[in-house]
Amino acid sequence: MREKQIDKLKDYKYGFTTDIENIRAPKGLNKEVIEFISKAKKEPKWMLDWRMKAFERLKNLKEPNWQKPKYPKIDYQDIYYYSAPKSASETPKSIDELDPKLLETYKKLGIPLQEQQRLNGIAVDAVFDSVSVATTFKDKLNEVGVIFCSISEAIQKHPEIVKKYLGSVIPLTDHYFATLNSAVFTDGSFVYIPPGVKCPMELSTYFRINASQTGQFERTLIIADKGSYVSYLEGCTAPMRDENQLHAANVELVALDNAEIKYSTVQNWYPGDENGKGGIYNFVTKRGLCKGTNSKISWTQVETGSAITWKYPSCVLQGDNSIGEFYSIAITNNYQKADTGTKMIHLGKNTKSKIISKGISAGFSDMTYRGLVDISSKAKNSRNYTQCDSLLMGNKCGAHTVPYIKNKNPESNIAHEATTSKISEEQLHYCQQRGLNPEEAVGLIVNGFCKEVLQQLPMEFAVEAQKLVGISLEGSVG
Amino acid sequence: MLKIKNLKADIESKSILNNFNLEIKPGEVHAIMGPNGSGKSTLSNILSGKKGYDVSGEILFENKNLFELETEERAHKGIFLAFQYPLEIPGVNTNIFLKTSLNAIRKARGEKELDAIEFLKLVKLKAKELKFDEEKLNRQLNVGFSGGEKKKNEILQMSILNPKLSILDETDSGLDIDALKIVADGVNSLRKKDNSFLIITHYQRLLDYIKPDYVHVLMNGHIIKSGGPELALELENKGYENFN
Ligand SMILES: Nc1ncnc2c1ncn2[C@@H]1O[C@H](COP(=O)(O)OP(=O)(O)OP(=O)(O)O)[C@@H](O)[C@H]1O
Ligand SMILES: [Mg+2]
Repeated sequence: MREKQIDKLKDYKYGFTTDIENIRAPKGLNKEVIEFISKAKKEPKWMLDWRMKAFERLKNLKEPNWQKPKYPKIDYQDIYYYSAPKSASETPKSIDELDPKLLETYKKLGIPLQEQQRLNGIAVDAVFDSVSVATTFKDKLNEVGVIFCSISEAIQKHPEIVKKYLGSVIPLTDHYFATLNSAVFTDGSFVYIPPGVKCPMELSTYFRINASQTGQFERTLIIADKGSYVSYLEGCTAPMRDENQLHAANVELVALDNAEIKYSTVQNWYPGDENGKGGIYNFVTKRGLCKGTNSKISWTQVETGSAITWKYPSCVLQGDNSIGEFYSIAITNNYQKADTGTKMIHLGKNTKSKIISKGISAGFSDMTYRGLVDISSKAKNSRNYTQCDSLLMGNKCGAHTVPYIKNKNPESNIAHEATTSKISEEQLHYCQQRGLNPEEAVGLIVNGFCKEVLQQLPMEFAVEAQKLVGISLEGSVG
Repeated sequence: MLKIKNLKADIESKSILNNFNLEIKPGEVHAIMGPNGSGKSTLSNILSGKKGYDVSGEILFENKNLFELETEERAHKGIFLAFQYPLEIPGVNTNIFLKTSLNAIRKARGEKELDAIEFLKLVKLKAKELKFDEEKLNRQLNVGFSGGEKKKNEILQMSILNPKLSILDETDSGLDIDALKIVADGVNSLRKKDNSFLIITHYQRLLDYIKPDYVHVLMNGHIIKSGGPELALELENKGYENFN
């Protein structure tokens, strides 16, 4: 038994729990709970009204069920919608006053928050269950006018910007999970880059689910004003539990004229055990609006965790000459399932999009790439290039590619390429003959397969991601 | 160095090798010749550790039971197989593959791993010796390489890894005359008192360049005759049909 646990720990090194006193809203989804959340966050009335509006709409919405991975019915009344470490309830707080247990947790996760140990050149917002517990390098960013704080703080301090953009990319009633998020969202990051500013450091948010039976409803809003640039990265981990926990995030990006947002995700939520028990349901809505001319939004994702990953980071290319990009590595092992891809909605003239998707499935897992390229009649002279590659390991897993293409403009052009390959016994033997053990061999082959996407990650994270790719596939050979 | 005793190997209950015996001492070069399908590649695969065969008998490498070692552990101990059909690995850069391989072996032996600069220096030197176009090392491993280039790439890897026992499975097949000479030079330059070779070939020609100490004829699952280099000539004249 003990040995087995140690074994498991090796597989998922972020699986520990922090023993910390929590403040929780009562279980269940109702008006009182939403009021509780809004009050805990000291929100203005307009915010509470907005949440209530979403809650009302939710009553008329049904969970979508067109996705490939099916899951047991979620009892929304059996979830805690708000859980925060007691010590962090008095936000905002300086990092020096932070509960040592929280500092220790982030240190263990490789994200030191203390002044002297901070990651060089990367500002971090640390979100623990339902609250942001710390944001580093705030002052330094303030000097150039960059606002980087928790969404809760932004609602209080920058209501005019939040009001203007919140829900402007993902409408309140978009679909079930997005609307649920709008009603009960707890924390997440807020970024505003003023005109002409190139954000001097990488911004990143580290999401941690700790409490049990708790859902995490992250809300992130990033606005890049005219001629600005920002690169943002999010990371996610959770303890190992037998239960399935829901993470339903909404992320909205807005790029104005000549602005560029680069958004990277390294998703490593707990995937469940080797028999498919437990793990996070990662049901996320991410959408970017290229509102201005010549704007650019680029999504890069490395999705290795979660029991089920269900997300389509998308770009609405509204401004003329705007560019949308989606680079994805999705890995499923054991009984993990993923249904992921992107939507590129071309509205403006001369808009371009590029989709590079690399799916790797091993064990008994199942992977679906689902993507939409929609070129409207007004999007003259627009282009899309899509490349979807699947790599299979063993013969018990599945890989599916479901591309939807709508081209209403004869002057525009869509190109789609797809391949499916398999790591053969012969290839493994060849690598082993050259001294690599099976895991190293798979790591090398898989990293070669994903190279194009890994290269898109900020340097500091590329190496980590590369290791993660190897670890996620551990035990899938031999 | 290598002692094979009474090796028997079946695939899907079809007997390929039986009563196979061979001993290679340090520094020796042995050549094995035999008709198509006689089990030469089967032998080299088994020596390398490839799974999927039913085997019995004994193989000792430096007095260690090979059957107890995984493929990569055999490689760490100095066994190298130049494959008859080198594998293509899409997406993996040849240089990176070579470096990963060399460092995996060095690490297993407790030697210092080479950094990028040291490695490039070594690979440049070896590529030059083998007249191997360096530009190809930046391509995906064996992808789009010609047959001969793949074979040369095997020899390049051999000379970088400097193995104790090199098994060359028809490395000469598909090489042009100049390449054959270069490959032979590569082998000869590695030929030292501790390094041994097992060379599988169909053609006497290679043995003009690499003088073997012994030539063996593999037929009916085992070695039916052994001799010196003259045996290869005899075979060339008679053919297998009339040989016995
Ligand atoms: N996986 C397999 N399944 C069934 N039979 C096999 C398999 N691999 C090899 N064989 C058979 O084993 C025999 C020996 O094959 P092997 O490749 O060792 O011959 P070889 O001596 O190397 O021939 P060549 O000179 O053509 O390279 C052949 O009859 C071959 O068809
Ligand atoms: Mg053969």
